Amino acid sequence: MWVYEKKLQYPAKVCKPDVKMAKYLIAQYGGPDGELAAALRYQTQRFVMPTGKAKAVLTDIATEELAHLEIIATLVFKLLKGVPVEILKREGLGEYYTEHDRGLFYADTTGMLWTAAYIQAKGDAIADLHEDMAAEEKARATYEHLINLTDDPCVKDTLRFLREREIVHFQRFGETLVQVREYMESKKFF
Amino acid sequence: MDGNQISMLKKIMEIEFTCIDLNLYLDTHPEDQKALQDYNYYSNQLSMLKQQYEQFYGPLMVFGHSQSQYPWKWVDDPWPWEIEY
Repeated sequence: MWVYEKKLQYPAKVCKPDVKMAKYLIAQYGGPDGELAAALRYQTQRFVMPTGKAKAVLTDIATEELAHLEIIATLVFKLLKGVPVEILKREGLGEYYTEHDRGLFYADTTGMLWTAAYIQAKGDAIADLHEDMAAEEKARATYEHLINLTDDPCVKDTLRFLREREIVHFQRFGETLVQVREYMESKKFF
Repeated sequence: MDGNQISMLKKIMEIEFTCIDLNLYLDTHPEDQKALQDYNYYSNQLSMLKQQYEQFYGPLMVFGHSQSQYPWKWVDDPWPWEIEY
């Protein structure tokens, strides 16, 4: 089961409201390489992992990704706080406002809704761990693009934290892949 | 929200982050005794900090993980996304 903690993983701050940045950041909420996709991908892949270590890694990283989902939501929420409708409209969030006002919804920066087609669960640990490593690299690249898109030092600070975490997750998945391969080799009888 | 609450919360985030990072490392290195010692040390620090925080500001976790004073303080604002850090 899961238990909620009434705190963020990182003190996510914004220095000033910024509608355009909120629109870009939503990519990491409901986009193909975003935090929702990451959390749900690892959570559902873990059931057929062959070793306790691999099950632990997928469970714990999935859980951390949910904390990151909340951080992204917090940034978007704060970037849109108190912004008048006229400005939302001018800065390209008119369509979003129509459906969601300033609420949070699982869409990417173009308005495309989140879909389970973004992720896979092959039932094969080797295939799934390769997907997970690629997913972490794609998320890292997205964070780098987002860092380039803002001059807000508060937003940059939180995005740098999230980018670093993708690198650590990639490392842990890489170690898991090696360990799972070794385990499978040891199970072969000739 | 007073400054003391924010600084306690930030300290908890810091120590919990240390635990999360050690946790993920231990998942792939369960026999690293030094890392495990560190994990246990910071885990103990974390529970002390959380206990102190919860006495003043209400539960950080529910479902039976923490107790609450009267009235049920879980419902108190602000929620994490509303706090100005």
